[in-house]
Amino acid sequence: MTVAQQFDRHPLAKYLREERLPHIWCEGCGNGIILSSFVSALDDLSIDMNKLVVVSGIGCIGRVAGYIKCDSFHTTHGRPIALATGIKLANPKLTITVISGDGDLFAIGGNHFIHAARRNVDMTVICSNNFNYGMTGGQFGPTTPLGSYTTTTPYGNIEHPFNLVHLAAAAGAVYVARWTVLHVKRLTESINKALQKKGFKFIEVVSPCPEIFGRRNKLGEAVDIMERYRRIAEITHGYDPSKAEITDERVILGEFVDIKKPTYEELLKKQFIKVQKLTGG
Amino acid sequence: MAEERRVLTGTHFMNGDVACAEGAIAAGCKFFAGYPITPATEIAERMARRLVEVGGIYVQMEDELASMAAIIGASWAGAKSMTATSGPGFSLMQENIGLAVITETPCIVVDIMRGAPSTGQPTEGAQQDVMQSKWGSHGDYEIIALAPASVQEMFDLTIECFNMSETYRVPTFLLADGFTAHLWERVIIPPPEQIKTVERKKPTVPPDEYMPFKPDDDLVPPMASFGEGYHVHVTGLTHDERGYPKTVDPKTQHELVQRLCEKIRKNADKIIRTHEFVLEDAEVAVIAYGIPSRASLSAVKMARESGIKAGLLRLITVWPFPEKQVEELSNRVKGIVVPEMNYGQIVREVERAAKETPVHFLAKLGGEPHKPSEIVEVIRRAAKA
Repeated sequence: MTVAQQFDRHPLAKYLREERLPHIWCEGCGNGIILSSFVSALDDLSIDMNKLVVVSGIGCIGRVAGYIKCDSFHTTHGRPIALATGIKLANPKLTITVISGDGDLFAIGGNHFIHAARRNVDMTVICSNNFNYGMTGGQFGPTTPLGSYTTTTPYGNIEHPFNLVHLAAAAGAVYVARWTVLHVKRLTESINKALQKKGFKFIEVVSPCPEIFGRRNKLGEAVDIMERYRRIAEITHGYDPSKAEITDERVILGEFVDIKKPTYEELLKKQFIKVQKLTGG
Repeated sequence: MAEERRVLTGTHFMNGDVACAEGAIAAGCKFFAGYPITPATEIAERMARRLVEVGGIYVQMEDELASMAAIIGASWAGAKSMTATSGPGFSLMQENIGLAVITETPCIVVDIMRGAPSTGQPTEGAQQDVMQSKWGSHGDYEIIALAPASVQEMFDLTIECFNMSETYRVPTFLLADGFTAHLWERVIIPPPEQIKTVERKKPTVPPDEYMPFKPDDDLVPPMASFGEGYHVHVTGLTHDERGYPKTVDPKTQHELVQRLCEKIRKNADKIIRTHEFVLEDAEVAVIAYGIPSRASLSAVKMARESGIKAGLLRLITVWPFPEKQVEELSNRVKGIVVPEMNYGQIVREVERAAKETPVHFLAKLGGEPHKPSEIVEVIRRAAKA
């Protein structure tokens, strides 16, 4: 095999529905990096693609479910976690990953997020946080920084944003991490770790939206935004998530929470055995 | 042991909600997601107690949006799934009912109807969600809805809902009024071998040849479950036979929506169930469903005693609407009487099918069922006209 033949096909292409490519994302968008980190983690773990289910909601990153070659569900806006809960409980052998955006998971879907975290349903939730609703042309959302300009905050945003890692930790997630798409290796390792851990795992990925959010807020080209991530990122594992809000000057990255707690499925199994004894089974 | 507990064969005295839960379990339901709401809560309570005995899952979700989403997810993971609610929750479920329609997900929604709009009359029965069950989610689609009129039917028709939902891959509704749900009556649960259950069609081709949304001749595609190696992509977007989004192609949208409607319309004769009582020589026909059909039965008997040839057509299937049956009936009666516990819903469909034949509507609001005498009065009017 020649070198050319060897690289004719991307080594991770087998994880993708190649006939669906190219993807719909803009130049400079971070979603492609999140997708490639995710499939790299699958590759590292030699995941059984027949037992993997990717669930997404609505928004730019919502299309990701349709690019990965496994069973996948592109749900209604805000509902991927609720739908994923049904999949996981009905077949606990499946590995469930929800990949969606900040608006989908924390505005319209916020209630499902906190309750799935509270129940500790076994799934990995990866949030592409690009600070606005990109698919609809750039409106402010639950993570848009105070003062930012979007099509619906033409005079600057007057709403305080969520600190997602604090929210996830408070709701009961057993694993909470934050990375940017600049930190590809660490992000991949983090996804890898989350996929092996039991319970409700949350990874926030700070991701550039240069075309829509970036342009209105004069953040420059994608490369400028990446350069900014390099400048303001601080990696501190075990940092207090309540103090880790993202500011213009600083974004704390790392693993905020990494604990063990019985999962919903484990408790359900115990209850099943208890009832079997009660009914003489 | 789990299998022995699935069908509680015997004669029971139970309420409609409990009978519905038992019907679901007998039909093979293995997943229930719900949120408490009067007058459907007893279904959730019974499921919480019983499903675990048969190796099934009961999960109480944070709201009805989530409940509906969860039963869709469970269905794609291979489980027969169900939720139960009442008007306010049914409104919240409409979003994902649309998702179940476009993704052709077998699942059951039990709507125990109470007085509405909004919070309305939580503890009183009504039939005010009939049009919502047909048109509640946005877009064009068809669903199946069955209306029980006894506690026995709360059991029997729940099984029927599962069978139809699995056959046609469509969300199917048990549309019961709060009275039938809270009645206590005798229920006979037959032995398991006498209960007919239907399982969804599975693909017969290997994964690389499988087109998840390519229909067979009956317009229903075979369904692979997640985890079986078929790598199915499911989306709420307009999609082609492979399941991939194709949102700006007029032909794909037209063919998909047409098929979602036609798979029900073309199979309507197999889906529709009605019950006739002394209609052969009737001059006045009462058309009713749910609790008013019981008062209608008495009313028809009373009318006959006073010399009026009245008969009853009871709709067991409400959607798809038994248009042919009503049209045929309208050609041989002088008038039609429609008592409903709402301000006029199914009567519109009756009028449409009955064409020239006068239709007399008898609304009942307030949370009390019709009295037979009230219906007799309208039968008399219809007979004179």
